Amino acid sequence: MNAWHYFVNLLPNVRTDFITWLQGFGLPSSLIIFLDSIIGITLLLLIVFPIVMLFTWMERRFIARFQLRPGPNRCGPLGLFYPIADGIKLLTKEFIMPAKGDKLIHWVAPVILFFSALMVFAVFPIGSGVRGAFADLNIGVLYVVAISSLAVIGIFMAGWASNNKYSLIGAMRGMAQLISYEVPMVLSIVGVVLIVGSLQMSEIVGKQTVPFILLQPLGFLIYFIGAMTELNRSPMDMIEADSEIVAGYFTEYSGMKFAMFYIGEYINALAVAIIVTTLFLSGWKGPFLPFWFWFLLKVLAVFMFILWMRATLIRLRIDQVMAFSWKFLLPVALINVFITAAEVLVWDTWMSGWQSFPWPFIFVNFAIAAAVIILWSRLFFKTGGGKVEVGRLRARDSQRYGADSQAPVS
Amino acid sequence: MALTLKHLFRKKVTTQYPEKKLETSRRIRGQQFVWRSDLCTACATCAKSCPHGIIRIATSKNGENKYAVDRIEFDIGRCMFCGLCVEACPYSALYMGRGYEEARYSRKLLWADMEVLMSPDSEPSAYGHTEIEEKIPEQTLLVYGQISKKMADKNDS
Amino acid sequence: MELKTQPFVLNVGPCHPSTHGVFRMRVTLDGEVIVDLEPIFGYLHRGIEKLAEGRTYTQNIPFTDRLDYIASMINNFAYVLAVEKLAGVKVPERAEYLRVIVAEMMRIARHLLAVGFFTSDLGALMTPLLYMWREREKIVDLFEMLCGQRLTYNYMRIGGVSHDAPPEFLPALKKFLKEMPDFVNEYDQLLAENEVLLARTKGVGILPPDLAVNCSVSGPMLRASGVKWDIRKADPYSIYDRFDFDIPTGAIGDVYDRYRVRIEEIRQSTRILEQAIEQLPPGEVCAKVPTLLRPPKGDAYARIEASTGELGFYLVSDGSIAPYRFRVRSPELLNLTVLRDISIGWKIADLIAIFASIDIALGEVDR
Repeated sequence: MNAWHYFVNLLPNVRTDFITWLQGFGLPSSLIIFLDSIIGITLLLLIVFPIVMLFTWMERRFIARFQLRPGPNRCGPLGLFYPIADGIKLLTKEFIMPAKGDKLIHWVAPVILFFSALMVFAVFPIGSGVRGAFADLNIGVLYVVAISSLAVIGIFMAGWASNNKYSLIGAMRGMAQLISYEVPMVLSIVGVVLIVGSLQMSEIVGKQTVPFILLQPLGFLIYFIGAMTELNRSPMDMIEADSEIVAGYFTEYSGMKFAMFYIGEYINALAVAIIVTTLFLSGWKGPFLPFWFWFLLKVLAVFMFILWMRATLIRLRIDQVMAFSWKFLLPVALINVFITAAEVLVWDTWMSGWQSFPWPFIFVNFAIAAAVIILWSRLFFKTGGGKVEVGRLRARDSQRYGADSQAPVS
Repeated sequence: MALTLKHLFRKKVTTQYPEKKLETSRRIRGQQFVWRSDLCTACATCAKSCPHGIIRIATSKNGENKYAVDRIEFDIGRCMFCGLCVEACPYSALYMGRGYEEARYSRKLLWADMEVLMSPDSEPSAYGHTEIEEKIPEQTLLVYGQISKKMADKNDS
Repeated sequence: MELKTQPFVLNVGPCHPSTHGVFRMRVTLDGEVIVDLEPIFGYLHRGIEKLAEGRTYTQNIPFTDRLDYIASMINNFAYVLAVEKLAGVKVPERAEYLRVIVAEMMRIARHLLAVGFFTSDLGALMTPLLYMWREREKIVDLFEMLCGQRLTYNYMRIGGVSHDAPPEFLPALKKFLKEMPDFVNEYDQLLAENEVLLARTKGVGILPPDLAVNCSVSGPMLRASGVKWDIRKADPYSIYDRFDFDIPTGAIGDVYDRYRVRIEEIRQSTRILEQAIEQLPPGEVCAKVPTLLRPPKGDAYARIEASTGELGFYLVSDGSIAPYRFRVRSPELLNLTVLRDISIGWKIADLIAIFASIDIALGEVDR
């Protein structure tokens, strides 16, 4: 293939060439697989870390732009060396540990968060072909869902080990929120899987002649909202609400441990952006330019949208977030799965002879999505919360905690 | 959300300090003082009118019914720049300055003594002395969308 | 079987991102629900009332700046009215109009800041805050042109104001007023039709009108509860009886109503400003008052409608150059006393919203 085609599908081609070169030496195949893994991991990290650093830079510059100010622009041209400056600063800070906190859990929590975020990248297809993803598992989607639920443990361990009431509140909120948003997210992915018929990520990209966002508008919306909540971003960022509980579960962290939380958050953001791109925006597909260029463009566009929402919206209360998940997103996701399954059945049984792509379903799906959202929010959805009746405090508690023993019965 | 998007494309309203600076008001009560020794008669009305008592004046006799100022010091570190001393002076010998970058490394350096008060670097401001207002450059106002209009050409200084 | 829970005490401490200053609350929580609240303040107490007893009446004016430091002109106004009542000083017309213009501009700036920090505490990063801040910067630039400072103005004097407005002041102010209604409409639309804001603030922290009146609450908090009481209309001071404006009131007194009352007051202040600029007469800006003013023995209480409530100064004079007693009736402290009653039963996130809607500046609470 000529230079342009090589360039277009760069990363998989580099890996394939490397393996062919190694095979020329007559090494045992297990060693070749081992070296292939090493080079794959290196390439992956070389992609992930610069993009994550770019994300941290973008976050500060673009949010500043929304707020009519230039953002950091002193360190390097356009402030591009800020992530490096951040890294150096965090590396040289002292590890402060709360005296009564649990030391082992305090150390392990950021590790779990960071590595579970990184492990997800193994299945993302960056180019077409055999070696498009680092490990193109044929249960790719299931792997993604499973690994991203490990983050919950990390958060809870961080909140518990800090021996701080604020952190504990943040950790409790975080666990509740993360666990309850996993369910609608997974159900919305099920819609895509039903259309494609396989869990393999490269298959999903391959089948998207037209991006699935058109076929699954409801699924896209549910997944997007669920993903923003998993990332702890506005408008659902109350677990690290800066103005309420100072930093939630990572209040007591400093130095490189904090850096691992901080970067872990952005790695999660990158993972979510890539999942959205792969599942709904047709991955690396695009007309003339190289595949990785389209991939990067779509990932950056998704992240910009997430940033825009962060700069604009105010945060919800925790009970409103939970109500939103269980009373709105879950039923709507179930309806989505039902409708998608019905459409797939109809398509396969009667209509597959007509065209290669189910065009009419696009309009049907958009209409159903609009109808479901409007009707459900009017008729069935009420945000939770409201005033709780507070009775008199028990005398024992009031003496112990020194509070007024006569709270008004209102 | 469309509102924030609109703002993304508007001009920024901040100034890249210290390369560019805004022009302060003509009557700014800055952190400097300008003292005219030719007009001062050492009556110490300014010292009496200060709410904190930060002005120290030491005088000595200089002929019949006249006093000369030996030492005059303002404690810029404790001053609240209210301008009452400027208004109180009956001979218009005291002006506030226009500078605002008077931070120093130690409190001792924050005493403005006679040398600092008479230094030609500090420009007098028109607070309490509206007659010199015309000579001072105009203020940059955000209402007219000026961010660093005047200073754009003084950038290299 | 009922779940056994145990209340625990959380210290929303002096150093906290969204207590507007150094304010401490000991909150007893049951899960996330507030069961009891104990406010602890005094971290910013500077002894202004005692310091003022050792200084002359003119020297006390910069001290009043530092009470509610965000709205200094209005504090100056109240103090100067009290001294003039005590000493029987008549203020020239132009000075009265300048005072009203400046006080209303300050009210707009203060409400902009209150609304901006309210949305910032609710979680909108800083974006609406910085938009409000840009408008406040325009006002503060005009103040800088007028009296030379941006935060603690020391502009009013006994018998008038200290400087006359320079010729550039009125055109700039007119330009600002022309753009102001569009700005207010834009941001009103941004925030009033925002579902999330409505969900967070509607029905939260309701202050019933009889509790408000019994606890001496005043200002936008009182008006949001439905009580139509504004000192500018009920007990007019200075020349407010010459202007035509409305008093916005709320329906139920929740956080949302307080926010809306503040936005409406910005609009009403714009109206007053337009009328005042038209009617501004030429003339002197300060009456001739002796430097060391010795008011006759007696006392005087003057109150004005500050942006957070009824700010009053009670001055007792014993005939000397310094006041014998200098007492500040601080509206924000009195508004804070109802914090416990209106936030029991709500959650921590609501506590922050309620606290932001009371809108305090610690300088006045602690004096």
